[in-house]
Amino acid sequence: MKVDIILAGVGGQGILSIAAIIGSAAVAKGLYMKQAEVHGMSQRGGDVQSHLRISDQPIYSDLIPLGQADLILAVEPMEALRYLPYLSKEGWVVTNKTPFINIGNYPEPEQVWKQVEAIKNHKLIDADSIAKELGNPRAMNMVVLGAASDYIGISEEELKGAVAAVFGRKGEAVVNANLTAIAAGYDAAKKYC
Amino acid sequence: MQKIVLLGDEAIAQGAIDAGLSGVFAYPGTPSTEITEYIQASKEAHEKGIRSKWSANEKTAVEAALGMSYTGKRVITCMKHVGMNVAADCFVNSGVTGVNGGMIVVAADDPSMHSSQNEQDSRFYAKFAMIPALEPSNQQEAYDMMHYGFELSEKVKLPVLMRVTTRMAHSRSGVLCKEKLAQNNLHLPEDRTQFVLLPAIARRKNKALIAMQTTLEEAGEVSGFNQYIEGKDKSLGIIASGIGYNYLMENFKNGCPYTILKISQYPLPKKMIARLVNECEKILVLEEGQPVIEEQLRGLLNLGVKVLGRMDNTVSRDGELNPNMVAQALGLKDTCGDNIPELVAPRPPKLCDGCPHISSYNAINKAMEPYGSGRVFADIGCYTLGFLPPFKAIYSCVDMGASISMAKGAADAGLNPVLAVIGDSTFTHSGMTGLLDCVNDGANVTVMILDNETTGMTGGQDSSAWGKIEQICFGLGVEKEHIRVVTPLPKNVDEMAQIIGEELKYQGVSVIVPRRECLQVVGKRAKAKK
Repeated sequence: MKVDIILAGVGGQGILSIAAIIGSAAVAKGLYMKQAEVHGMSQRGGDVQSHLRISDQPIYSDLIPLGQADLILAVEPMEALRYLPYLSKEGWVVTNKTPFINIGNYPEPEQVWKQVEAIKNHKLIDADSIAKELGNPRAMNMVVLGAASDYIGISEEELKGAVAAVFGRKGEAVVNANLTAIAAGYDAAKKYC
Repeated sequence: MQKIVLLGDEAIAQGAIDAGLSGVFAYPGTPSTEITEYIQASKEAHEKGIRSKWSANEKTAVEAALGMSYTGKRVITCMKHVGMNVAADCFVNSGVTGVNGGMIVVAADDPSMHSSQNEQDSRFYAKFAMIPALEPSNQQEAYDMMHYGFELSEKVKLPVLMRVTTRMAHSRSGVLCKEKLAQNNLHLPEDRTQFVLLPAIARRKNKALIAMQTTLEEAGEVSGFNQYIEGKDKSLGIIASGIGYNYLMENFKNGCPYTILKISQYPLPKKMIARLVNECEKILVLEEGQPVIEEQLRGLLNLGVKVLGRMDNTVSRDGELNPNMVAQALGLKDTCGDNIPELVAPRPPKLCDGCPHISSYNAINKAMEPYGSGRVFADIGCYTLGFLPPFKAIYSCVDMGASISMAKGAADAGLNPVLAVIGDSTFTHSGMTGLLDCVNDGANVTVMILDNETTGMTGGQDSSAWGKIEQICFGLGVEKEHIRVVTPLPKNVDEMAQIIGEELKYQGVSVIVPRRECLQVVGKRAKAKK
């Protein structure tokens, strides 16, 4: 198996936590993993992305080639669109619906959603609202991870184990809150069509 | 043994710890910062007494590293590529003195300038100093090279340069660790002339360094980091260095038909290259960064070997490599998804909401209004974002500390008034000497030291300037009544503008220190307390 994932968002939205969970699950499973991320100046409210590659064969490039990503997992809808050149013809886009507007020329959100809906394989999930309903607005990223979990080649059990491994030192309550958010995202994606 | 997942930078750090490291000396700089941060946070490093606090700049870091090596201990010093320029005086001379304990200088280059001012390639520095260099292609190699690098350094008695680039430094992968080595005992150099570069001694040592080059080349032929991988198709031979090798192999998942020379150690292995040139019709060079290998292979007139690479635009002359660029260079079928929809707007980095620099720039713009544009010289840090809207406040950002010295040069030319804007950590890195020049020359310069009490842009490392700025300025000779501290808050902008205006009118050196802690650091501390 081989899964190439582009994680996308705005600095501070939590894509690196998503990467840590998927990466931890992959390594625990004995898979090869490479994950390139962005540090430094662009983290300050700029667009950030991470290339996450999982495979049962050795992985060479830290970067996913254009046109070969299996999944774009985005916590912001315009950021999902920014990486379309990476998406393969049969690839999926799973993205949060709520825009993160910190620039004056952000397009009309309806137009952004329309563009996402024009992609052959997509799930547009209102992760902010779902996380808020769960009383845990900061778990928005986990909702998106849950919504995408069918496309990352990691089973539900393995994902749960990784959440416990990554958030374990923060206590059981944090682990459970994240697991609930992932489950809610998974359900929302199932209902989306 | 279970693999541990490490960033390239972290693999270097863990590799050094496991190879008997006694100390790391560094100044933060993307993409090198995480090496030192990892050691600072490592319980194991703490228990082993490994020294890891930040240095004032890269030059003091390399000098201190050389001092630790003098005592026989193993040491690393880490910096971003442009930090090599700051450290160059000591770095180049350390090739002549040589080392006692193993010493590895880690330079993290930033092709495509994700967070930098130029694309300089640190492999030139290794060649310039005539010392060996290592260039890992993945995280495991980066880890393994620390054991090897120290061993090589102690064997040939020279510092070793380890060159990584952004993608390797900031990419995670599983790493298998080696057996842990104990630290070296203190043992001083046997030859008391070794570190004394009096001309007579330096001339002798320089000859010895030149004579050593063949040995260094041979080391690269046998270490295993340079690999000759025979292919069936001899129409093309490929030299792929560092992570260039990864992008090549990404394009040949079922094996490459051409002969490959994978380069991860310098000086270049001449015998291996000669074999490749003899066996193949032409040579494609894939290297991340500037055409270091390619230029040597071509020579000035390019009369011999048929070479393809960056210099003939087979590969782009600038920017970092990627798998698609390499596919194109090889004439393979390239892939690309849909275009970015037109409505997608750029999202440039910007100052955080509530950042103290915002109030400082609003005050600067207000104070500069009567004088017109073009009079504010800035420096390297988050505050360089003051160039962008809505501020558009600054007119230069060149190198660490240049704000003050450039403002002085402009003032000396008759531009009056001028303002220099520099951060607290940048000031103690390289701004103090420029301020001394201003004082000694009575230059008409106003310096704003934006003190957010941290090294902000690289993620909030301790600043060498902490709690010392007024004393330093006073000690350098700035008059007490012209060292003024303000609090950069929105409600104080008018008052700040008033104070800046007063000091701009003063004919002489004045310093204004807007002081409020970086919000990122405040947040981090609050989190750590929880």
